[in-house]
Order: sequence, then structure tokens, then C-alpha cells
Amino acid sequence: MNDTALYQQAIKALARAAHGTGRLEAATGSAFLDNSLCGDRVRIEVIQHDSLISTLRHETRGCLLCRASASLLGLHAPGQDRDGIRAARDALEQLLVTPPATVLPTATSPLPWPELTLFAPAHPFPSRHGCVLLPFQALLAALGPDSGR
Amino acid sequence: MLTGFDPLAVRRDFPLFARQEAPFHYLDNAATAQLHIAAFEAMRRHEFGSRANVMRGNYRLAERATAAYETARQTVATFLNAAHAGEIVFTGGTTAAINLVAAALGRSWGPGDEVVVSQAEHHSNLLPWQQLQARGITLRILPLLADGRLDSSALDTVISPRCRLVAVTQASNVTGAVTDVAAVVAAARQVGARVLLDGAQQVQHGPPDVQALDCDFYAFSAHKCFGPTGVGVLWGRAALLEALPPVLFGGGMVGHVGLYQAGWAPAPRRFEAGTPPITQAVGLAAALDAMALLDWKAIQAHETALLEYLLQGLQQLPGLRLLGPADTAARLPVVTFSMDGLHPHDICQVLDSHGLALRGGHHCARPLMDHFGVEASVRASLALYNDRTDVDALLAGLTEAQEILA
Repeated sequence: MNDTALYQQAIKALARAAHGTGRLEAATGSAFLDNSLCGDRVRIEVIQHDSLISTLRHETRGCLLCRASASLLGLHAPGQDRDGIRAARDALEQLLVTPPATVLPTATSPLPWPELTLFAPAHPFPSRHGCVLLPFQALLAALGPDSGR
Repeated sequence: MLTGFDPLAVRRDFPLFARQEAPFHYLDNAATAQLHIAAFEAMRRHEFGSRANVMRGNYRLAERATAAYETARQTVATFLNAAHAGEIVFTGGTTAAINLVAAALGRSWGPGDEVVVSQAEHHSNLLPWQQLQARGITLRILPLLADGRLDSSALDTVISPRCRLVAVTQASNVTGAVTDVAAVVAAARQVGARVLLDGAQQVQHGPPDVQALDCDFYAFSAHKCFGPTGVGVLWGRAALLEALPPVLFGGGMVGHVGLYQAGWAPAPRRFEAGTPPITQAVGLAAALDAMALLDWKAIQAHETALLEYLLQGLQQLPGLRLLGPADTAARLPVVTFSMDGLHPHDICQVLDSHGLALRGGHHCARPLMDHFGVEASVRASLALYNDRTDVDALLAGLTEAQEILA
């Protein structure tokens, strides 16, 4: 795996788009997490209605992978509930620990969000998995404790 | 002693280099230097010929193991120019050594007493002292100049008559800046305070002289000076060590033991509870013996020339900001920088794909990152076996990173 695959145009564009960047005044949940390894920092604020995320904003100071991941949440998290976010996080985690050759093409992918495949080239670099997952962990923390279902 | 210096010849004593897929440029020596073959061979010989616990058995194998361990202690004493081997405590590393001093010394301090560190410290020389605040001990911080060097003009105001200890790095693991130890010691002595030096970065660039430094405690790790991981050293003045209470309790560190009370062995054994890192200590001694054969003046000239070449090259790159001094004066060959719009982790990822091993992150020195106004940075740290090909590869890799990540 080389850096051309990891830093493909699509993931750079996703990071650059920075979907959901900003702060919320009337957040119903928020969390601030940092990656003790590299110093990436993510603050996520959400407004929830009937357990669904209606608005999400984040402030992300981190590497390109972390920013792309946060941007992905800005794109897809609104409309999701905690279970949906957790399913996406689990799928992403599985993707990261699975060799890329076994990842299904996007068109037939069971992944909840097709852009998750952009992170597959990070598989050989476990030290970067935390960067990718940090925004998801922050969002789950912002959504509060698991209901136990 | 050998005279002159050839980095390529020295590199042959570090087997890792011959076993890496080319290209390979190791520039993370501030984190861990490579293992000298003499250290590895000494550990292998010890494991196969003298493996037994120390200071316990009276059979010949155990006697050999104890002799090897105590010989290692003497070798370390010689490396540091300590007064005698009894001033050498083997620990798990620099972190363990500093924690030992903080726990032992801090026990005798109370509310109102002060300990002084600088904003440039590695977390290992900050967090142990932070813990003492819970007992009312005040932590005071020596400020830095814009380039990360210690602001010596603040020494007399920060180090007050209530100061009990000044704990500073001998050289920053981020900027490479060498502390003006003489000024720190003078300010500490004015108020009767002790001085601890974190020597983790210094030791791979030549033997320190604790008597010339005139400090009270000195800590370092074997893996920073071409030895194995898992062992480090605390040096302390004999009288000070003898006055310190133990902080770990167990086998090997006792005098009398009853069911409800115990007495302690003299220093340094008092601080080496349990089975110590015997083989690692033997490996450390072998690495130090190998270092003792080198011409350190020539090595330091080589490292300084390489540092200058690196600084000149970095300053040609657009958007690159040096975090630390821009010159080579009073400076180890450790250079940290940021690049506009690029995150250090991404830069290091691209560099890795070109065979360059560098650290990107906060370098366990977050307050220093705050001083520079960054979350993270890229660090290139050179050692005796690096040469211009490593620097050239780094400069080319950084240009490539700018193109790929743009």
C-alpha cells in the first residue's frame, strides 16, 4: 500500500469539503476527544430530536484522515440515531482491520455509507486507525451512553 | 580510542540497517536509537552463559550473574564519571528513574514547598512532579524564549527560597536545545535546592560528566544510547541516595524483615526491588563500552555539520516553520518543524513510503507544542550513523509530501 492509494483525490476532497464544520449554540450533546498518539482533536456538537440527529457540527484539528472522517459524519450523520452511528463505526472499524483486497466494490458494498471505503487503504497502518475512528468515537460520546439495546 | 569518524563504518555495527528494505533512512533517534551489535552479543552471551538471578544464589552461575550485573553498574559509573558504582541505580528507564526521585523526595516535602520544571519538559519530567500538587506542593514553571530555549533571565524569580528541586531536561527532545545547566545549578544552589537532569536525549551524543555538571540526580535510558529497551539509570549523589526512602518494596531491597516491619538495604539496592533487568543492564554496559571506543569530538563535529546541512535544506522549503533554534549553537541534532496546511502524521506517512522513519506528533511534550502554538509537529533526529544521504532523502521526501498532500 502506498501513499497514492491512501491520499487519493476523493479522500482529500472529502477532507477539504469539511462537511459540518462549526459550532452549535443549542447543542443537546457534545464531546471533545483527542488522540493521545498524535494530538488530533475533535469537538462534536449535536442536536437530537426523538433520538435522531438533526444537526451536527464539529471542530477538527487533525490529520487529513481525521478531517475526512469528521467530514463524512457531517455529510451522513444527520438523520441517524445512535444505533446507526454505531453501525457505521463498527463497519469502519471492520474495514480498517480487513485487508483491502477483500473489501467489496462500492456498488455492492454492505457498508452503510459508500464513502467509508475511502479509508480501506489505511488498513496496513494501525497507528492511523485511531485518526480515522476518532470523530466517530467523539460523536458516540456526544450522543450519550448506550441504551443497552 | 579510535580517531576520526566514518558514519558508514559505524553503521555496520548496527545490524538493523543491513536488514531493512532499501531505501531506509532512520531519523527517529530521539525516540529510540538503534541497538549496537556489541549490546546484542553481550546479552546473548549472558543469557546462554550466565543467566541466573542476582544477589540471591551462592552457586557459581548465580555468582557469575551477580558479577556481570555489578560490572555493568561500574561501567555506567565510568560512563557518567560518577564518584563510584554505588551511585548507580538500575531502573526501567528514564521515566521510572524520575518517578523514583519524585516519589521518594516528595515524601519529605509539604505544603508550600516548591518544585521547578521548564515548559520544555518531556511528559516524563512533568507528570511525576504534577502529582505532588495533590499534597500541597507547588509546581513552578520556567518560561521559554520564542525559539524554545530556556529563558535564563527568569531563573532567579521562578526558583524561590521555597524551591526544593529543579528538574529540567539537559537537552530538549523536541528542539534539541541544550539547557544552560550551569546557570540552572547556580540558581538552585542560591536557595539550597537540588537539581535533577533528564539526560535521555544527551546520552546518545557523548558521555555526560555528572561531576562537571554538578547536578544531584541524572536519569537516562539505555535504548537512547544504543543499548536495549527495558533498562535505565538513576544516578544520585551517594549521600542523597542514602537519605532517600525506597518507593518499591519486595525482594532484594531489604535488610531485616519481620512480619510487621522491615528495614532496607543500603542504596542502590534499596531502589531495585524485585528481579532487576539483569540482561538489559549487561547489554547497556556493552553499548557504553562500545561508545567509549569512539572519538566523540569527531562524532560531534560530524553531527553538527549534518545538523547545519539539514537546517539549511529545511529553510529552503516553502511553508516550512522551524520549531526551535535556527542555528547549531548549544544544540543537539534534533530538528522539529511544521509545514503549512499539512498535518505531521500525513507528512510522516508519505515519508515512510519513501523509507524515511520520522516521528510526527506531540513528542510527549504537549506544553511545548502549546508554546509553539501547534498540536503536533515533525521531528528529524540524527545520530552518529546518519549521513548526508539521509538528509537528502528527507528533503526530497518533504517536497514529495507537499505535492501528494496538496
